[in-house]
Amino acid sequence: MSNEAVISGGLHVAHDAGAGAGHHDHEHHEQHFVWKYIFSQDHKIIGRQFLITGIFWAILGALMSVFFRLQLGFPDSTFPIMEKFLGHWAAGGKLSPEFYYALVTMHGTILVFFVLTAGLSGTFANLLIPLQIGARDMASPFMNMLSYWFFFLASVLMFTSLFVETGPASGGWTTYPPLSALKEASLGSGLGMDLWLLSMATFVVSSLLGGLNYITTVLNMRTKGMTMTRLPLTVWALFFTAVLGVLSFPVLFSGLVLLIFDRNFGTSFYLSEIFIGGKALPHIGGSAILYQHLFWFLGHPEVYIIMLPGMGMASEVLSTHSRKPIFGYFAMIISLVGITLLAFLVWAHHMFVTGMSPFLGSIFVLLTLLIAVPSAVKVFNWLTTIWRGNIRFNPAMLFALGFVSLFISGGLTGIFLGNSALDIHLHDTYFVVAHFHIVMGVSAFFGMFAGIYHWFPKMFGRFMNNTLGYIHFFITFAGAYLIFWPMHYEGIAGMPRRYYDYSAWESFKHFQGLNAFISIIAMVVFFTQLLFVLNFIASIFKGRKMTVMNPWGSTTLEWTTPINPGHGNWPGEIPEVYRWPYDYKDDGHGGDFIPQTVPLREGEESH
Amino acid sequence: MSVFIIIALIILVFIIIYQIGKASEYAVVLRGEEKVKAQANRAIALLLLVMFALGMWGIWECHEMLKGRMLPIAACKTGENYDSMFNMTILVTGIVFFATQFVLFWFCFRFQQSTKRTAFYFAHSNKLEIIWTTIPAIAMAILVAIGLRNWYDVTSPAPQDATVVEIVGKQFNWLIRYPGKDHELGKRDFRKINDANNVLGLDWSDPHNMDDIISQNGELHVVVNKPVKLLICSRDVIHDVGLPHFRMKMDAVPGITTTLWFTPTITTEEMKQKTGNPDFVYEIACDQLCGKGHYSMRGTVIVQSQADYDKWIASQQSYYVANNPSGAPAPAKPVTDSTAPKKDSVKLVSMK
Repeated sequence: MSNEAVISGGLHVAHDAGAGAGHHDHEHHEQHFVWKYIFSQDHKIIGRQFLITGIFWAILGALMSVFFRLQLGFPDSTFPIMEKFLGHWAAGGKLSPEFYYALVTMHGTILVFFVLTAGLSGTFANLLIPLQIGARDMASPFMNMLSYWFFFLASVLMFTSLFVETGPASGGWTTYPPLSALKEASLGSGLGMDLWLLSMATFVVSSLLGGLNYITTVLNMRTKGMTMTRLPLTVWALFFTAVLGVLSFPVLFSGLVLLIFDRNFGTSFYLSEIFIGGKALPHIGGSAILYQHLFWFLGHPEVYIIMLPGMGMASEVLSTHSRKPIFGYFAMIISLVGITLLAFLVWAHHMFVTGMSPFLGSIFVLLTLLIAVPSAVKVFNWLTTIWRGNIRFNPAMLFALGFVSLFISGGLTGIFLGNSALDIHLHDTYFVVAHFHIVMGVSAFFGMFAGIYHWFPKMFGRFMNNTLGYIHFFITFAGAYLIFWPMHYEGIAGMPRRYYDYSAWESFKHFQGLNAFISIIAMVVFFTQLLFVLNFIASIFKGRKMTVMNPWGSTTLEWTTPINPGHGNWPGEIPEVYRWPYDYKDDGHGGDFIPQTVPLREGEESH
Repeated sequence: MSVFIIIALIILVFIIIYQIGKASEYAVVLRGEEKVKAQANRAIALLLLVMFALGMWGIWECHEMLKGRMLPIAACKTGENYDSMFNMTILVTGIVFFATQFVLFWFCFRFQQSTKRTAFYFAHSNKLEIIWTTIPAIAMAILVAIGLRNWYDVTSPAPQDATVVEIVGKQFNWLIRYPGKDHELGKRDFRKINDANNVLGLDWSDPHNMDDIISQNGELHVVVNKPVKLLICSRDVIHDVGLPHFRMKMDAVPGITTTLWFTPTITTEEMKQKTGNPDFVYEIACDQLCGKGHYSMRGTVIVQSQADYDKWIASQQSYYVANNPSGAPAPAKPVTDSTAPKKDSVKLVSMK
């Protein structure tokens, strides 16, 4: 289907449904509010919907971490304010262990799936893919709309689970059975767990609808001259993100369905030889480890689903604001391919201590450490990109630089954990918590912030406030290291994660002061994020207005659209592309960049 | 009431910060956009360099403060190898960390925007790409080689003379079974479990069970310098035997028996002296989330001399005898029926 056909076809549906019969195509701009902003099929609106839903979840997920950090930092104190928020779960201002675990579980689920998957690639794949490849919309705008609304449904289900009597799921974000399969094992394994499973199953549907659409769009809808090797690295990264999701989410789905069966229909996929609640259960022959294989077959690619969009956006932002081409464009693409392939072959490094065959473990050690190679290539290429550049430090650039710093720090600790001989002591300690929070939590967030600050003008036609952006960056960056750096020490000392209280442990109780310190910093960082949200919301309505189409002096196509592009993106013809996306060089007229739409000059070599 | 005051204060602070941010925007317009931007750019470049310096100082301070709170030296052979491999990995990653972070922040400062300079158009170099593909690949190959050597060492089959002890996790404590005089653990079946008088579901028709000792206080007694092999199981959900002082851990999975073996080299008493902590104890930490009591699922390892161990084990009653105080020599009858726990406890009472 051609670009034009898609857009008019897509609009027909919305238009006819909204305004009834008797209208014609040329009245598109008079769409009803509901069809323009709510059940919208415009990829830019859908991107904003994902972003704002993601921000809602991020605040909630981060607030949960504040609550459980209060418990960890100050186990002997009571906080009456918690009772106001959490009711009987924090009776007398003291968090109950059951709800502590529920908060930990929900914090993980929300941040990993609802914020850093849907909120991140949902936002930027939707916004950037059509704009940067020169398409009027996604291959299927209708499927795209469904993708958001399935995500919305998943959000409603997950949100509902917070309010059920037995509490939300509390078996960790990985929800290993038998703990998650048996109602007798934990309060959170009741109705809350059923809602968790339904929500996640719906989430998988949303992710697949979105991912298939992104892949199809990138492959089929590129404008004239936009060969695959002229795609910006953001599009490459988002493309591989979608490939990872489409190939691995169905495996999680099967794992979840089997768990639903075990919970409700008496099957024994994951259950065997269990005595609980005073009686022996009839299940025999299942394997609890099977679930872990199915879960991590998604769970590990999921880490890269979270990381790749950040890598792509950081590449774009670093290059633009250093006024230099990204170094090693092809090496960047090849390393993305390498990471994508290896992402499917390393899942069992989460399972070194499950009793898995040591030989199998050694294969996964080899493949896991292999990922360090493409990751290292990317880091060195980023560093060379800013070398001899002309760097502008706006908030987007700062966050992209912070992304690189955190990616290095978090990536290096992965070398410890990927090596089974070291993992056997560090597994499930605070070392792991520190590692993944830095590398896929904070670092991915930094990629996301870089993207938001950089493309905010494209999304809303206004700028975010710079001063607040600087405050946001410096506190968050310093805070991230202050929180997670000392946690490595706790992990090396063997301190297990997911403990409600350490005071009874001779080996870990002397970290109490440190835990309190971490909790205080975590709260400061939380409030700083609220400052970002304030800046975000206020700037939508009150931000400094964008007066030029291309404020950053960027080469890519999204900056050739009008300041507030309508559905269809370009009012006239879609521009044609003549060169690669990183021609930051003398344009012959005193400028320092050449947009992709400018034909090659005589005698000029293409990249 | 105070809650509302705090919330109001927080909101107020936010509004003030926001207004400052907003005011700075107008100031930019008043004072000339280009000039202010250039100033801000220089200030931030400097600030980034300062942050790097502060960060390095912070890392040093953090290390100085926390190094005394780390684990004491590894208390088994494989643990010593573990520590040296760990240090080696710290060295490799540490060098990469400091080098790359320094380069990142230095470039930020050195190549900040300037009107005197234009950016250098440098799009690719195959030579550089090959260099920084091969060097990490070689470094990784070395780490993998060391890692796998240690991994096969740790996971190799236990020596023939290893003492076999079974450790079973349940919500929320550890049950430990010693084989008794016959050095053989008897069969057990989860359907025979009964919290009143058969916590592990021992099959009383198996004579090997008659002298088995079960310790329910989570104390694992082992002999120094003698290999011990743990058979690890779970009664309900997944747990994990975490032994930080011996640098190892292994999941306890219902329906599957996993194993772990090590040779402790330092007794608990010696470790008390080494650490100068009279309360020192080797702890078993559950490392797999197992429910609301996960954080309290604590066991201990008592490493002692052969003589002390022999004395201790001689003082233990077999589980069968402990639950059948009449002491009648084992009538091999199935005592328990898990479906009728009440009846069993009645029986137990009447036997007393």
